[in-house]
Amino acid sequence: MLSKETKLDMYWTMLLSRRLDERSWVLHRQGRIAFHISGIGQEAAQVGAAFALRRGYDWFLPYYRDIALMIALGYTPRDFALSMMGKAEDITSAGRQMPSHWSLRSANVPSQSATVATQTSHAAGIGLAIKLHGEDKVVLTCIGEGATSQGEWYEGVNWAAVHRLPVIFLVQNNQYAISERVERQMAVPGPAAKACGLGLDGREVDGTDVFQVYEVIAEAAEKARRGEGPSLIEAKLYRITPHSSDDDDRTYRSREEVEAYKKRDPLLIAQAILEKEGILTPKKLDEMEAKAKQIVDEAVEYAEKAAYPSVEDAATHVFVEEVSHA
Amino acid sequence: MPEMTLIEAIRQAMDEEMARDPEVFIVGEDVGKRGGVFRATMGLYDKYGEHRVIDSPLAELSIVGVGIGAALYGMRPICEIQFADYIFPAFNQIVGEAARMCYRSNGTWSVPLVIRAPYGGGISGGLYHSQSVEAFFAHVPGLKVVIPSNPYDAKGLLKSAIRDPNPVMFFEPKKGYRLIRGEVPEEEYLVPIGPAKISRFGRDVSIFAYGMMHYYALQAAELLAQEGIEAEVVDLRTLAPVDKTTILESVKRTGKALIVHEDNLTLGYGAEVAAIIAEHAFTDLDAPVRRLAGPDVPGVPFSPPLQEWFMPNPQKIADAARRLAQF
Repeated sequence: MLSKETKLDMYWTMLLSRRLDERSWVLHRQGRIAFHISGIGQEAAQVGAAFALRRGYDWFLPYYRDIALMIALGYTPRDFALSMMGKAEDITSAGRQMPSHWSLRSANVPSQSATVATQTSHAAGIGLAIKLHGEDKVVLTCIGEGATSQGEWYEGVNWAAVHRLPVIFLVQNNQYAISERVERQMAVPGPAAKACGLGLDGREVDGTDVFQVYEVIAEAAEKARRGEGPSLIEAKLYRITPHSSDDDDRTYRSREEVEAYKKRDPLLIAQAILEKEGILTPKKLDEMEAKAKQIVDEAVEYAEKAAYPSVEDAATHVFVEEVSHA
Repeated sequence: MPEMTLIEAIRQAMDEEMARDPEVFIVGEDVGKRGGVFRATMGLYDKYGEHRVIDSPLAELSIVGVGIGAALYGMRPICEIQFADYIFPAFNQIVGEAARMCYRSNGTWSVPLVIRAPYGGGISGGLYHSQSVEAFFAHVPGLKVVIPSNPYDAKGLLKSAIRDPNPVMFFEPKKGYRLIRGEVPEEEYLVPIGPAKISRFGRDVSIFAYGMMHYYALQAAELLAQEGIEAEVVDLRTLAPVDKTTILESVKRTGKALIVHEDNLTLGYGAEVAAIIAEHAFTDLDAPVRRLAGPDVPGVPFSPPLQEWFMPNPQKIADAARRLAQF
């Protein structure tokens, strides 16, 4: 049973991520950053999953929309702002990677590329290492439904299923691979149905309800820790924004459709649940909003003043420098 | 000193490293009970068990991808690709992921991974069991590329590769697996990744080669010696990083350079060696740099005369070196 404090913390994480995400769009429209890719509408799935696992102990291989997951893992708005602007202090890559190509060593988040589904077999490999070491850690890897079309994805999931590895494959089905509807990606009703052919448990969950996601992921994690193998969880949700700052979604979907889904905004759903339970008051909400605004303001201000990386360092770390022959 | 074959030396290197470091494990197709289709892992399954000699699904991409994951966790995987010809499904994992991990994370993450693959022709393998793929990978910053030509180097280089904190492509000349024999010391030793080796000294012409072609180059040098031509033979051993110093030292001594590889000519590894020589030893040259390589067709053909036409051999190398010596 989640405590009142934890529930508020989950809501706060979603809220902070949302306000940071929204600010990123503004910064892009103002010409202050080059690119943004958004997680708006997907925060419940990400935060629910992160809170259901042991952060700092378990392993996470996110995908590019996982801004709220990363905030839940301790990646700060300042970290994100530094990355958006390609500054030297960017802890993911020192300005080498585009934003949202996550890496956070302290939270067991390996560096991610842009090539979709490549992290899936890495997750299986980490799961294999955990199993070989006899540990009870769990790996969570996230992906969009579009990338489950990749051979990369099938091979990785297949590995985990064959070896009963402690991996949770969380598919955030936001219904669009850029402009292509899910029906153009698969003949089955959704990614969860693919689990049957690969020999692991597949489940759907309402990905707009953070507390439902929490329950489902927590169950999958317990199962994995008991050595009972991987799970495929499909979180059903909707990508409220265009694919990225370079996309115009008016070319392929109606405004009416988007507006209808905005009523299923995970932030509003969590807010309603917490208000009903008497956990979230209007006063508390105002405080949270003010705090989020302040944190995001300070993050952006800090990042804009921060230094760019030096070109003298641009050719470093091609290889790990030291070779141990011990 | 005991004598052994190339494949025995490779097996011994893996055996010793697995005994030394519990984080080392092998993953690949048929590497377990079968001991690998070339028997490189023979006996290791019985000795170390199914958790350290892991039979993978028949899917190369995930052999490497799973290896990368385990390496990120801190293990030391040895991924076996059954034939170099089948490495391309894993190309993105190697080039897009393993090679870039350290750079893209500013040194925060690394991938200590060895990918072993038998390569090369002359074994009636046709287009899909004969390929030489080294140039694709030597082009990529972040990868080390090693090709041994003899048992001593194979063992010492493979042990170094397993201990290296970076991804290492380890291509093995499969035609030489049982053909090439040599002495291997009983005591522990390593051969460092990086330095080339002058395996035969001569003053008339330098022959640069690696893997099976190095074996043939030594035979060609014998043929030439009978004619009074003293060929120097340089075993490049490590293609990336390239040992420019040894290449240039040799060219400065002989003034003539022949580069031999069985990969096809255009944009093959020889092009890089030729460019290094042209840039840094132009005034030392007494003749144009020459390359002897596989012809620019899309693979080694199967039929015996066609395969013979494709493959460089000691006679072809001697002919090319003789023409260069007489220039």
